[in-house]
Amino acid sequence: MNRWESDPILTVEHLSMRFGGLIAINDLSFVAGRGDITALIGPNGAGKTTVFNCITGFYKPTEGRIALAHSPEAFSQLPEITAGSRVSAGGSLYLLERMAEFEIAKRARVARTFQNIRLFGGMTAVENLMIAQHNKLMVASLYTVGGIFGLPAYREGERLAMDKAVYWLERVGLTERADDPAADLPYGAQRRLEIARAMCTDPLLLCLDEPAAGLNPRESADLNALLRFIRDEHKISILLIEHDMGVVMEISDHIVVLDYGEKISDGSADFVRNDPRVIAAYLGVEDEEVEVVEQEVGL
Amino acid sequence: MATEVTQGRAADLRPAGAGAQEQGAAVTGKPPAALAMRAPRNVLAESVKDAFLAALITLALAVPLVGMQTVAGAGFGLALNYRWGQVAVIVAVVFVGRLLLNLFVWKVDRPVTGVFSGTLANIPSLPVGKIATPLLLLLAFALPIIVISYAPQQSRYVLDVGTLILTYVMLGWGLNIVVGLAGLLDLGYVAFYAVGAYSYALLAVNFGWSFWICLPLAGILAAFWGIILGFPVLRLRGDYLAIVTLAFGEIIRLVLINWFDLTNGPNGISQIPRPSFFGIEFIRGEGGFAETFGLPFSPNHRIVFLYYLILLLALVTSIVSARIRRLPVGRAWEALREDEIACRSLGINTTNTKLTAFAMGAMFGGFAGSFFATRQGFISPESFNFLESATILAIVVLGGLGSQIGVAVAAVVMIGGIEILRNLSWLKAIFGPDFDPTNYRMLIFGIVMVMIMVWRPRGLVSTRVPAVYLRKRKVVSAEFVEEGRG
Repeated sequence: MNRWESDPILTVEHLSMRFGGLIAINDLSFVAGRGDITALIGPNGAGKTTVFNCITGFYKPTEGRIALAHSPEAFSQLPEITAGSRVSAGGSLYLLERMAEFEIAKRARVARTFQNIRLFGGMTAVENLMIAQHNKLMVASLYTVGGIFGLPAYREGERLAMDKAVYWLERVGLTERADDPAADLPYGAQRRLEIARAMCTDPLLLCLDEPAAGLNPRESADLNALLRFIRDEHKISILLIEHDMGVVMEISDHIVVLDYGEKISDGSADFVRNDPRVIAAYLGVEDEEVEVVEQEVGL
Repeated sequence: MATEVTQGRAADLRPAGAGAQEQGAAVTGKPPAALAMRAPRNVLAESVKDAFLAALITLALAVPLVGMQTVAGAGFGLALNYRWGQVAVIVAVVFVGRLLLNLFVWKVDRPVTGVFSGTLANIPSLPVGKIATPLLLLLAFALPIIVISYAPQQSRYVLDVGTLILTYVMLGWGLNIVVGLAGLLDLGYVAFYAVGAYSYALLAVNFGWSFWICLPLAGILAAFWGIILGFPVLRLRGDYLAIVTLAFGEIIRLVLINWFDLTNGPNGISQIPRPSFFGIEFIRGEGGFAETFGLPFSPNHRIVFLYYLILLLALVTSIVSARIRRLPVGRAWEALREDEIACRSLGINTTNTKLTAFAMGAMFGGFAGSFFATRQGFISPESFNFLESATILAIVVLGGLGSQIGVAVAAVVMIGGIEILRNLSWLKAIFGPDFDPTNYRMLIFGIVMVMIMVWRPRGLVSTRVPAVYLRKRKVVSAEFVEEGRG
């Protein structure tokens, strides 16, 4: 039994997503281990981003169950919760397919980034990180009432939020650009800022949609270090879509391979790298086999 | 507050044509000199051709529209009165005007207007705001004193206009929350103004409640209607949102016209109680304001009081909305304008955020409405037509979405400008005694608005001041900031 199966944070079971007649995901099941970096890879159009959108609530899946547990023992409540509501009594098990996207971020504590960066371009880097702490600050400001009168509790909350923002700005190396509009930052910095913003929401599961896309090799190496830091120091599980195999193979604890909406391989980096089905999906079949076929059809 | 305008990506502020031509030269590989040498001959020929075409179109339009005037003929029929002379003048004006514009503005490398447009576009926004804000505030507070001491004859008129301008400043600031901060295009804002006005009028007339009790009630009722409007439009964006809010504004007006039992229909509500100075009425004689404070009675007292009342209400609107902008909910409004999907991915409940924006904006509209009712003493549905919504929206857009000082200046320009254009009798000296300048008021006004929007398309103050900063508050250049698309 693999490590991720013994202590999962996220389980996806029989997930299907159909858009009209198009089957984007077909009966997909996988788990993401607690404290692991799990990579979701596959050729273009394999349905990776659709899986992400289902997990983070931006799509309602046609079928299937997506469960997220804040504690290892919470999964025992799964049958009971499935029959009833969407959240367990103690708030430690969530059925994501039944929740709205903002609740998934707020209560189930799943944060995400986007394939095409979605920062608040007209707001500064530090403002972006403060907005990510909206829910905590709303409570601190007594839902605006306390904030208008500048109560001490709100000022304290604002100070803590600023500390957190400064911490993550330092982590992603953007302290110098803290007061510049996000849209004015270079591409790589915007990618890092989006990760920092997701981290400011205090997530337990961080979903990154192609974080290395458009980065140069040096920036990719920095990204690897950042993701490892998030996993090791903050004990946060990461689910990652990535095309850059350098990043994927180096940092992933567990890789799930999709093709045409179905899972074709699932295992450690070494296992996936040598799986003939993965090689066939990415590279096609080997030359000798092609030659055999060509001879048969008379080419 | 340290200031520094962030240089935008396209900080290049040369006339657009110059850049394009250089680019063209770079693409074709020809040196720019060759382009310049070839230019003059083409320009003249092209300009004449273009002006001739324009004159031709004008001729086609002017012949039926201007050239043939129908007048009452003999008996019951109509007769045609031909005015070929005027047609010729119009065609000639268009030809010469178009030719001159072509030769000096449109088809040359350095348009003569370049200097002008450059300076206007380059006026740095914040320093103006920093100086203008205290000055305008001081002027607003001192206006009644100045006017009454130096121009007692005109004081009533000036203060009435001042009160009107301040009402629009307040409405602009209220709508600014919805359109400028949250980016929700609302074409029916006048509905909340109407709700506030009718709330006060009905409560005061039917139950005799005082202005100071009705004012918060009117605000709450308007906010409630803001939420009612908010619910159905939560899923809509941009043009669709604008259409629904437009319809909402009309629905409120039609309800006010047709619900005769409650609102007295198109006849309106009259004899609305005037505001009192915290219980002391502005009346002559026993117990009146003048007697209580030992002053000689003057009708100006009420005018001045109303002026300061709306000034106070407007300042409250300004301070509260500026303060909320720095709070989590205000930041969420701006984030919503920038990117709604990103907001949801961060756990922000966009439904509640939009509703609070609608409610907050509507509340200030309601306050302004109850002030309007008490000032006028009479309200009817005619005061709350679409033109009002459009005026308020124009003030917000002209001022610069999200900017308070910009909105205030725009309100002064728009409402004050219309008033100034009422007094155009000096134009008679130029155009002769038959010239009626009031006919050209809206034309001049429209031209001025078009000119402002051409030269400063993002409004008078287009930059954004960040709500929080780490080291230095740098102004965000307009090109990065999203405009409200709903």
